[in-house]
Amino acid sequence: MEQSENRTEQLQEQLKIVKTESPWKIAVRRFTKNRLALIGLIILVIMFLICFIGPYFSPYTLNETDVKNKNVPPGSLHWLGTDKLGRDIMLRVMLAGRISLTVGLVATAISVVIGATLGAVAGFYRRYADTIIMRIADIFLALPTLPILITLGAILSDLKVTPDKRIYFLMLIIGILGWVGLARLVRSQILTLREQEFMQATEALGLRDNRKIFRHLMPNTIPIIIVSATLGVAGAILTESALSFLGLGVVPPTPSWGNMINAANNLIDFRKRPWIWIPPGMCILITVTAINLIGDGLRDALDPKMKNR
Amino acid sequence: MSESAVQLDKTRGSGKGEPLVQVENLKKYFPITGGVFQRRVGDVRAVDGVSFTINRGESFGLVGESGCGKSTIGRTLLRLNDKTDGTVHFDGKDLHELSKNELRKMRTKMQIVFQDPFSSLNPRIKVGEAIGEALLDHGLVSRKELKDRVIETMKICGLADYHYDRFPHEFSGGQRQRIGIARALIMQPEFIVADEPVSALDVSIQAQIINLMSDLQREKQLTYLFISHDLSVVEHLCNRVGVMYLGTMMEMAPTDELFSNPLHPYTKALMSAIPVPDPTLKRERIVLQGDIPSPANPPSGCKFHTRCPMASDICKQQVPEYRDMGNEHFVACHFA
Repeated sequence: MEQSENRTEQLQEQLKIVKTESPWKIAVRRFTKNRLALIGLIILVIMFLICFIGPYFSPYTLNETDVKNKNVPPGSLHWLGTDKLGRDIMLRVMLAGRISLTVGLVATAISVVIGATLGAVAGFYRRYADTIIMRIADIFLALPTLPILITLGAILSDLKVTPDKRIYFLMLIIGILGWVGLARLVRSQILTLREQEFMQATEALGLRDNRKIFRHLMPNTIPIIIVSATLGVAGAILTESALSFLGLGVVPPTPSWGNMINAANNLIDFRKRPWIWIPPGMCILITVTAINLIGDGLRDALDPKMKNR
Repeated sequence: MSESAVQLDKTRGSGKGEPLVQVENLKKYFPITGGVFQRRVGDVRAVDGVSFTINRGESFGLVGESGCGKSTIGRTLLRLNDKTDGTVHFDGKDLHELSKNELRKMRTKMQIVFQDPFSSLNPRIKVGEAIGEALLDHGLVSRKELKDRVIETMKICGLADYHYDRFPHEFSGGQRQRIGIARALIMQPEFIVADEPVSALDVSIQAQIINLMSDLQREKQLTYLFISHDLSVVEHLCNRVGVMYLGTMMEMAPTDELFSNPLHPYTKALMSAIPVPDPTLKRERIVLQGDIPSPANPPSGCKFHTRCPMASDICKQQVPEYRDMGNEHFVACHFA
């Protein structure tokens, strides 16, 4: 009798030692097992380090022109050569990376905040709030994105907004045009969640609305927000690049990967000086691919239906 | 021990206490929409005019096949659904007339334990918080006292204190159901709706949970509405039982009376299906023909006439009156 009591005590001690694992920790563990996603993460981190720390090691400055050394091919002095004004391409690619990555991140942050909030409100309160928000979303979705962006870019040019302020407008525009997808995702997720028994339990317990939304509903939508936001960053970088390429996004002298590729518009540069437009193009390709790999990895890691650990 | 406790309870609460929950002619229809404009083309009559009273300190059982509206009654009674018609009085107040704020305050007095212990706990909230959050949200305890209160309640429900910081996915079904009970109990409610609390569990665990619930009832003077499709469980735990079929109450009586003297043919059929732990015993088994009709298009007259072995013409035309047969025994059948 006493022996069996001792045994149960021992068993309970053993049980205590087992560390509890939150759903987040499980997701992290799954993510780190995904090799492709880890490679993506490493590439992205390296890209960030190069873009944000690299310029401090460069002997050149941003808008330093050197007409004697214009259009120099890659060599020991200029590792990636110079452009038509004699500016160091490598430095410009790194600084352009800062701009492009920042625009991508901030624009996505804006669309996540708008999208998640509106989606949550629509899904939770339903009725009029839902109808109004979702019809606005439909309108946004019906508008063709690129012509709108081109029009807005042209308006910015017409208003003679200075290049450095223009970046902020750009973030805002890309952010505002990108919230719809996420709002729909969050809304549908919340509509599903609110029918679950644990949400009925919060009603039976008489919890306040803000606790229901922020403590019960939102944490369950964060996985899809994270995945959608990650892939959104890649999309925003591409949008920014496309606009800048067309001369309506980030405008010179501020460099961005998009407006640096614009050099390829010039037939001579395109044919004879590939060092001017290949590096920014490669950067876009590598960054967007890396982010998409991370996004896919996150999706697999955060999917509650994947039971294998 | 718990067995005798239940016996004691049966004598104490045999319908003599003051009424705590009064349900009158409750109806809950779910609309069926169709067509381009999502117009209402019909109703699923989940609950179609049910009346009963639950007295303080008693446990009232509600039995019937799946889909007969038992759970809908439980939820509409707590106003987790809106009603279609009828009234629900709790402690003298009409629940469906209360404002959102009044209702929120009332929530502390009535709780529910759900059927599925897996979907009734939020996977991202630790057990301790899940149990205690309502106390905090209602401002019933300070943050300091909270943890002690939660652990105390967890222990009452047979959970250990180190479970406090765990997530629901780390528990078994029986433990999760205990968490659900602890979450309902910590509010110190007067009334608990138990919506098939054991039907998702193993038989051995079922017994533990049922004993826990009857012990708690004795200690805390709780009132239960116990929804189940398992007649043996209801017989063990409840003072009075209502038998439902297709959204209507067919028969209602004190447990002993109902089990010794079932009057409605549907109840008799249900009784004959209770397994008896004696393979040599020969008994008459009433097997009902056909399927349960659709609640969107219930049969005329007595809803049971399509499957009733005793049905005659009057059953197809007239809805049987819900009659008092004495001994608090009510039945809705022309031939009882």
